[in-house]
Amino acid sequence: MNTHEIPALQVDDLTVAYRERPVLWDVDLRVPQGVLMAVVGPNGAGKTTLLKSVMGLVKPLAGRIQIHDRPAREQRRITAYVPQRNSVDWDFPTSVLDLVLMGTYGALGWFRRPGEAERERARGALRRVGLEDLEGRQISQLSGGQQQRAFLARALVQEAQIHFMDEPFQGVDATTERTIVELLKELRAAGKTVIVVHHDLQTVADYFDWVTLLNVRLIASGPVAEVFDEERLRLTYGGRLAFAATGGGSVAAQPVFGRLAPDEERKGS
Amino acid sequence: MQAHLEILAIAAVIAVACALPGTLLVLRRMALLSDAISHSILLGIVLAFFAQGGLDSPLVILGAAASGVLMVVLVEFLVRSRLVREDAAIGLVFPVLFSIAVILVSRHTGSIHLDVDAVLLGELAFAPFDRLEAGGADLGPRGLWIGTGILALNLAFLGLCYKELKLSTFDAGLAAVLGFMPGVLHYGLLSLVSLTCVGAFDAVGSILVVALMIAPPATARLLTERLGLLFALSAALAVAGALLGYGLAVFLDLNIAGSMATVLGLFFALTWLAAPREGWLARRALRRAQTRRLAGDLLVIHLLQHEGSPTERREARVIHMQEHLGWSPEFARGVLADALEEGHVTRMDGLLHLKPEGRQRAEKALVHI
Ligand SMILES: Nc1ncnc2c1ncn2[C@@H]1O[C@H](COP(=O)(O)OP(=O)(O)OP(=O)(O)O)[C@@H](O)[C@H]1O
Ligand SMILES: [Mg+2]
Repeated sequence: MNTHEIPALQVDDLTVAYRERPVLWDVDLRVPQGVLMAVVGPNGAGKTTLLKSVMGLVKPLAGRIQIHDRPAREQRRITAYVPQRNSVDWDFPTSVLDLVLMGTYGALGWFRRPGEAERERARGALRRVGLEDLEGRQISQLSGGQQQRAFLARALVQEAQIHFMDEPFQGVDATTERTIVELLKELRAAGKTVIVVHHDLQTVADYFDWVTLLNVRLIASGPVAEVFDEERLRLTYGGRLAFAATGGGSVAAQPVFGRLAPDEERKGS
Repeated sequence: MQAHLEILAIAAVIAVACALPGTLLVLRRMALLSDAISHSILLGIVLAFFAQGGLDSPLVILGAAASGVLMVVLVEFLVRSRLVREDAAIGLVFPVLFSIAVILVSRHTGSIHLDVDAVLLGELAFAPFDRLEAGGADLGPRGLWIGTGILALNLAFLGLCYKELKLSTFDAGLAAVLGFMPGVLHYGLLSLVSLTCVGAFDAVGSILVVALMIAPPATARLLTERLGLLFALSAALAVAGALLGYGLAVFLDLNIAGSMATVLGLFFALTWLAAPREGWLARRALRRAQTRRLAGDLLVIHLLQHEGSPTERREARVIHMQEHLGWSPEFARGVLADALEEGHVTRMDGLLHLKPEGRQRAEKALVHI
């Protein structure tokens, strides 16, 4: 059997509920290896929850999650996770290099400290995200885009086969966004699978080759060219979309009403 | 003299033993838990007195520490119910445990050699009289042995799990993903905090335990942004506060624990005021400099916009700056003095004129607005 027929990620019947109401309902997902996939859906759709379930950070009510054909919890060594940037305290007293070194802790295991070899790898990762000049800087003094790139560098040193990233483009400027996209494409070119929660529908077709549309239930998942269309987006966002035809016949859509800005939504919930 | 030295040694050892786990508590925003734990252990201590007549065996010390952990478990149980928030849960649980202990003490004053003053403030002055003996030989004050044992435990925990503690404090999610069991570390840390409270309690009382755990790291946090240095500085500040506090207490005949806690508080207050970068004075100076710089920009922009216009004679008057820009006379004088000194404007017959450098500055500032 060709290794590429083993899915990078396979999710069966995943149901997650924080309280009574499920936030993910019977989700089945099969993601082939070597794709760059966007996970798209409105606020509260359960995108973060999906990632956290895969990483074992929330306990599902039901379902099975496999990475490269084995239970996800046995595959931590080959999975890397970039959480939403605001999930950590950026005032924590540590340097950029130290933050990136945290990505090497998994391979080191308990009690062993990172040494020069790990520091070299961390520096390599910082070069790849263009932060090599800031390695000694305190993380509290980074801009939002630099924080995001430091987070990415931390994932890079894990040398994972499959990467999960929660909104890596949130609050970064256009230059940083391009840097990150280049990096994601590099990862794909190196045969890695990259799964990214993404909010900007305009850029899905540009950046990604695979897409999952999610709103509590799975709406669709597959190659962007096949499943990323008006009808399925309407299903995902519940008709709250304005569509603009673009030259190439592809869809450019932006949810317009009925959806709060992400920050307002969070405050409310 | 011997007694003084022994007290100082006990105080220094306990200071470091408290400051190290305290640093982690402050970083994890769990400072309030130290207060709660240090009160909750009283219940364990009182029960230990009933069972054994004193805090003599390590087993009893562990048992007493368990009541601190029990408090944490109860708090998390309440928080998980989602009906109360953490701060309220802490405020609910520890007074109950503490009050039960106080009631027990007051009902059995005859059989318990404990009073509430001693609980809160400790009896460091008497520590040298409580000796540890083995086979008739004097091994030194018991407090020193207990303190050293607890310090060794804390050092071992921190030294062994430094990277694990760092990661789980900064990003518990990643710690869990990488298999470092942040929950186990969390309880490990809080168990050690309880144990430290029990061990330190006899000598220094619960108020000073909290002061030693929280004040030094909170102070050090204003002085450094490096984790290793933060631990070292916290320990050093705790020792300095304990020693200085003791000296003060002897000199002025004060309660020892109270004097130490006050000195630690003063350390914080001074640092808060005068720390080089994070201190209030430094920040205020920085803010003022920025405001004045901005006002300087505004001045040259204002002059540039009215340059050569019919209103120039009115707009460029020095007095006008005060009236129209709403600046206080002394602030306006300061801004003007800066601009004159930097060679950006000149003054002629009560009117301000831009010099080429000033024009450049105005144009540059406009671009950045
Ligand atoms: N820890 C939690 N406890 C209770 N409910 C939660 C928790 N985390 C998320 N939820 C709820 O689960 C639902 C899905 O949340 P999730 O964070 O997965 O959405 P999302 O798709 O990532 O949204 P966003 O685009 O805003 O990041 C939301 O309704 C949210 O309120
Ligand atoms: Mg999310």
